[in-house]
Amino acid sequence: MKPPKPQLQNTMTWPQRFLIIAVLAWFGLLILGPAVALARRAFAPGVGAVFKALTDPDAIEALLLTAKITVVVTISNTIFGIAMAIVLVRQRFWGRRIVDGLLDLPFAVSPVIAGLMLIILYGPKSTIGSRLESFGFPIVYHLPGMILAGMFVTLPLVVRSVAPILEEIGSDQEDVASTLGADWWTTFHRITLPTIRWGVAYGAALVVARSLGEFGALLVVSGNIIGRTQTATLYVHDQIESFEPHGAYVMSIVLATVSFCILVGLETIQNSVRRREYAAEAKEDGQGPIRQMRRH
Amino acid sequence: MDIVVRNLSKRFGNFQAIDNVSFAIPSGQLVALLGPSGSGKSTILRAIAGLETPDSGSIELVGEEATNLPTQQRGIGFVFQHFALFRHMTVRQNVAFGLEIQKLPKCEIQGRVEELLKLVQLTNFADRYPLQLSGGQRQRVALARALAPKPRVLMLDEPFGALDAKVRDELRVWLRRLHDESHVTSLFVTHDQQEAFEVCDQVVVLNHGKVEQIGPPQELYERPASPFVTEFLGQVNILRHETILGMNLHESRPLPLQIPGSTGGSIYVRPHDLEISREQNDLPGWPARIKRLTPLGWLARVELILPDGTPVHVQITQANSLELGLENGLNVFVRPRDLKIFDESNKAAAAMNYVI
Repeated sequence: MKPPKPQLQNTMTWPQRFLIIAVLAWFGLLILGPAVALARRAFAPGVGAVFKALTDPDAIEALLLTAKITVVVTISNTIFGIAMAIVLVRQRFWGRRIVDGLLDLPFAVSPVIAGLMLIILYGPKSTIGSRLESFGFPIVYHLPGMILAGMFVTLPLVVRSVAPILEEIGSDQEDVASTLGADWWTTFHRITLPTIRWGVAYGAALVVARSLGEFGALLVVSGNIIGRTQTATLYVHDQIESFEPHGAYVMSIVLATVSFCILVGLETIQNSVRRREYAAEAKEDGQGPIRQMRRH
Repeated sequence: MDIVVRNLSKRFGNFQAIDNVSFAIPSGQLVALLGPSGSGKSTILRAIAGLETPDSGSIELVGEEATNLPTQQRGIGFVFQHFALFRHMTVRQNVAFGLEIQKLPKCEIQGRVEELLKLVQLTNFADRYPLQLSGGQRQRVALARALAPKPRVLMLDEPFGALDAKVRDELRVWLRRLHDESHVTSLFVTHDQQEAFEVCDQVVVLNHGKVEQIGPPQELYERPASPFVTEFLGQVNILRHETILGMNLHESRPLPLQIPGSTGGSIYVRPHDLEISREQNDLPGWPARIKRLTPLGWLARVELILPDGTPVHVQITQANSLELGLENGLNVFVRPRDLKIFDESNKAAAAMNYVI
């Protein structure tokens, strides 16, 4: 039995209708319109041209680089994000509030500034940067710098989607597991991780989407060297600058589609699992309504 | 003695949660830690389970020193107020969890899980997820999960606190029956004296992190050791010593109300330990006026006013009230059958109990 969906009543008042129309119009104006315009432009010259734009060696290089950065950033920030959320929610230590507050810094400052910070700290002229470079491990204008930039701008995403769930479930389940004999690791991967999995998945999906689309920080840190440090978004930028917009359109469609599919796919899986675990079948002794799992 | 706690103390910042608490719980008993919120009862339970580290004191479980033992090795079953079921696991998986940790063979786990599901009457719900169960069912799953690895002691932290009244009553009776069958030494935290009385063999009354009194429920009720215990376990009238001394008691049989070495102190009388009569007979009694008579089914509540204005509540049967022909505004005599005097200048002094 599916949980009953709230039905819109037929007797809608005029303010309600007006509000719905306003919301739809706003959505169309801001999101749907531009997306459709982009798709039309990209596919206007025909499928062959799209294919040709995609197989351009520079485009492929750029996409591969973006993929590399995205994979490393997503894996490291997911693992680190979970650890950080657990520490911030479960532990009490001096400076916790400061860390908690500063965690949103990557959201608060422009990515360009983030890139600038990295150049100052790790650039060829800095102490750390020049030292590392002399060991044959350059950071800025190379892949490590770009990964650092990606990690910087996506740092809060997993933490902020996991922490509220940890907060909400409290530590009772973990305490029960330890009374039942489970050690720290068993409790983590059998109890904590499954409980926060949707927060983790949602946070990770946001990290993927954000890394795919990151531009400002990468522009500063990468040096934008074609075929070497040019990511997909930098490629889009260059194509527009060099009056070859079709390559930019196609690349944009690819990036947007991947991000969109990840988010929608996640939502779909989440809904089907939630239906399995949270649907009320029979309520034997008429306890109150089931609490809806909070959406994160 | 299965659980021995000695001189346990725990402080959270400026708040003394447990203050030098000691008690011992005999094997096979079901014992309640009873106290108002903030009395430290949950903290004591969590300290015994190893979920909280005490500042000082020692804990012994089944004859074994356990103060520094990790929770995992204490052999404790723990039931939380809000069930703490593993949401992503079915009922069966929840119950099996502790057994899987012990790495028992699969068939043995299956057998034990079935046995427990039968015990808590949830066999038909084995493949449900926790959120598909009612509150009462969830708490039974939590209990089955705690009992599955055959714990040496069972701890229940306000286990029925999150349930509605009807389910709570049923589960109390059921828990008592379950305990009579399994005999696992159990410690039960509650703030509800009714619950403690119904379910437990012994009650440890706590207040401000200290033990006020330990004993079987009826004994605590009849012979409370302190004003706190008297007030916490049911309704009571508190009368000032001076009020009573100055009153016209029966001259030939005065009440023995002198407290040795003290002039202060209060007198505690339960509403059902007072008798009302229309005329002053042979027995000591105080004159009083009925301010308000409220019949409550088979009982009647009588609110009396003593001559100096002190209000006194009395409970008598409705039959008794009709027999006496009580009505509002009537002048009567009231006589205590049983009263307790506490010397407030010296709280450690034993309470005096008078049965008249």
